[in-house]
Amino acid sequence: MTAILLFLAVVAVIAGWWLSGQGLLTKPWLEVGPAGEASAAGSSPMPPAKLGLWVFLAVVGALLALFASAYLMRMHMAHDWRSLPMPGLLWLNTGVLALSSFALHRARLAARDGWREGVRVNLFAGGLSALVFLAGQLLAWRQVMAEGFLVATNPASSFFYLITAVHGLHLAGGLVALGRTAIRTWRGLGPEQLRLSVDLCATYWHFLLVAWLVLFGLLLHG
Amino acid sequence: MSVTSGPAEAIPAAEVEDVELYHPRSWLTKYVFCQDAKVIGVQYALTAIAIGLVALVLSWLMRLQLGFPGTFSFISPEAYLQFITMHGMIMVIYLLTALFLGGFGNYLIPLMLGARDMVFPYVNMLSYWVYLLAVLVLVASFFVPGGPTGAGWTLYPPQAILSGTPGGQDWGIILMLASLILFIIGFTMGGLNYVVTVLQARTRGMTLMRMPLTVWGIFTATVMALLAFPALFVSAVMLLLDRLLGTSFFMPALAEMGQQLQYDGGSPILFQHLFWFFGHPEVYIVALPAFGIVSDLISTHARRNIFGYRMMVWAIVAIGALSFVVWAHHMYVSGMHPWFGFFFATTTLIIAIPTAIKVYNWLLTLWRGDIHLTVPMLFALAFIVTFVNGGLTGLFLGNVVVDVPLSDTMFVVAHFHMVMGVAPIFVIFGGIYHWYPKITGRMLNEAMGRIHFWVSFLGAYMIFFPMHYLGLLGVPRRYFEIGEMAFVPPSAATLNAFISIVALIVGAAQILFLFNLAWSLRHGRPAGGNPWRATTLEWQTPQTPPGHGNWGRELPVVYRWAYDYNVPGADQDFIPQNQPSPGRASPEAAA
Ligand code: HEM
Ligand SMILES: [Cu+2]
Repeated sequence: MTAILLFLAVVAVIAGWWLSGQGLLTKPWLEVGPAGEASAAGSSPMPPAKLGLWVFLAVVGALLALFASAYLMRMHMAHDWRSLPMPGLLWLNTGVLALSSFALHRARLAARDGWREGVRVNLFAGGLSALVFLAGQLLAWRQVMAEGFLVATNPASSFFYLITAVHGLHLAGGLVALGRTAIRTWRGLGPEQLRLSVDLCATYWHFLLVAWLVLFGLLLHG
Repeated sequence: MSVTSGPAEAIPAAEVEDVELYHPRSWLTKYVFCQDAKVIGVQYALTAIAIGLVALVLSWLMRLQLGFPGTFSFISPEAYLQFITMHGMIMVIYLLTALFLGGFGNYLIPLMLGARDMVFPYVNMLSYWVYLLAVLVLVASFFVPGGPTGAGWTLYPPQAILSGTPGGQDWGIILMLASLILFIIGFTMGGLNYVVTVLQARTRGMTLMRMPLTVWGIFTATVMALLAFPALFVSAVMLLLDRLLGTSFFMPALAEMGQQLQYDGGSPILFQHLFWFFGHPEVYIVALPAFGIVSDLISTHARRNIFGYRMMVWAIVAIGALSFVVWAHHMYVSGMHPWFGFFFATTTLIIAIPTAIKVYNWLLTLWRGDIHLTVPMLFALAFIVTFVNGGLTGLFLGNVVVDVPLSDTMFVVAHFHMVMGVAPIFVIFGGIYHWYPKITGRMLNEAMGRIHFWVSFLGAYMIFFPMHYLGLLGVPRRYFEIGEMAFVPPSAATLNAFISIVALIVGAAQILFLFNLAWSLRHGRPAGGNPWRATTLEWQTPQTPPGHGNWGRELPVVYRWAYDYNVPGADQDFIPQNQPSPGRASPEAAA
């Protein structure tokens, strides 16, 4: 369970750091007045959707860390683990996903400048390359199958399909959000809204890129 | 408007533009597909109570079998296993978790924080419908060929998916796992709402340290649940793959009925780790909201500020963090390394410290309080007694040497029913008696409430206290019938019959409670806006039941913490949180 405990330790440090700024040492029964101490006259200025996304990413992070934990434990607990022939295609896919992330980064910059055309083009490029990535992953599945490693052949291959599927499904979910953003951009979204939506998509994309790098490393390690 | 302007000067409230609010357009969007957290909370609560009733009936059937073995031909050994499994799973997940977080959380968080609604109302609505779907899938498993799974609520492989276990090779286990996966997805949607609402939608003046402990409890439990439920998700998905696609994540090489199965090399221990990584925090996911609600009930009904508010908050946070490093105390008998067991025994005992602090603080709050023995207060007191009782036996079980002989006996059943079955249920009852007037505008009938309380409280003790003794005798748990065992004296059968009769009576008292809920809707005494003379914001709404958007045109402003009872020199024995000075009633405090 090392992976998940490490992940939770990071979450705990962030939560602790945040809590330390929340006046947990104050004596609320002595303080009467509209705001109490300085820190929280209400809430932080971050838009709720943005914070919501970060909380969601913490949940997804925990999920992936648990899969990683299970992977490592299963690998070391038994004798039947046979390494997979990792298709070289996965390296190419990784590159495509990085490209996709880069396009969303560009879209975010364009949205900050209020440059609609740029947002549109980059969202499109990002979405398209994400689709290519997913198609590439499916192709990699077929290559592994052709090598004779089916879902139930060996724990290594079971985990390979499982982990790539979980990651791919999250990306597919992101594509739905991306599509909605693109359509709303088309329909003329206000500049504030546009910036926020594109920002959220970009954050999610970068997260999934980092997650993939970690998971890919894990698969190579097996 | 500086902070130094002092309490006497009223501060203009934050205006929320009307457009931000969602407006229901028809009957359907107002009561069915509703995005208002109050309606969603009630929907969650009613669904949880309905499915909880199924679990209650299952407990009667189990008790009938245990009390009068051989009398009821329709209860087969397989059926008995199915009953305990569904009973346990429903009670823990679909009743307690859903009712505390989805029910109380939705209703109370926005109101107690002075918000108009949750921050993502649409996602919040989806959360409820996915939960309902999970419940329906669960119920469906009663009607499929082979019936529901009988794997025990822990669903341990390999037996969970083998043909010897009811539902193992039929639909039962598949629907169970699918339902859990749905539940987790639905909960995550709701959980994001609860967390972000607490962080982002507090009204002006509502600092974290002014939040009622109810909100602290629900908030911390939600954070825990968001991080712990993924472990159940992962185990459910992988078990489902083992069952459906023949992978060997958890399944070792084994033979069944003389036939070698295709599985090889999987690790059942891996499942136990994942399951309990969720399972132990789950205990506190249920307990922390209960702690919070009890604190508020005690303070309000004893007219006294909560003792050691800061310590209470720290203890909640500390328990939340610690409960992620104790999971393996459920696995002492799994053959783990002794040092490992020693580590987990230690962390388990450490977690008792913040828990004990909370108990002392409740007692010190009650000490010299002006205790009103209202029905909510009775339930709160019953919670403390029961929880301490169950906690003490927990300290025994937390030690490896004591746990090993008691493992899988009725002693364990008695322990966890006290600490996480009966105790949180009492808080749910207390909470419902306390907030029903706000939800409906009418009081619950007092006489029925008292009967309900005394039968449930005394009954719970008569049911579960003797069970400790049965466990010490060595009566195993999850046994359809113990038959003749040399170490179990015949008197145990008499005791079992006694327990079963009491269980039926206690069950009947719950029907009375449900009747009360329905009856008082029409015939209850009108409650007014603040029948308990409480300080927290939900009692200061301009309308009761609170209207759409909770507050009038202006959000309330908070001037003080949630526990100003019996402040010397004040006009009344309580000062609402939104009242600027001790003497002057605030404009919103009326109605
Ligand atoms: C009227 C009250 C209740 C009665 C009479 C009752 C009775 C029982 C019985 C007879 C068993 C099976 C014991 C065995 O053979 O191993 C059981 C198991 C269980 N009960 Fe209850 N129960 C009640 C309420 C609750 C509540 C409120 C909870 C909520 C946490 C709960 C959670 C469980 C769990 C988790 C199990 C274990 C299931 C398993 O072994 O897989 N029960 N209960
Ligand atoms: Cu535990």
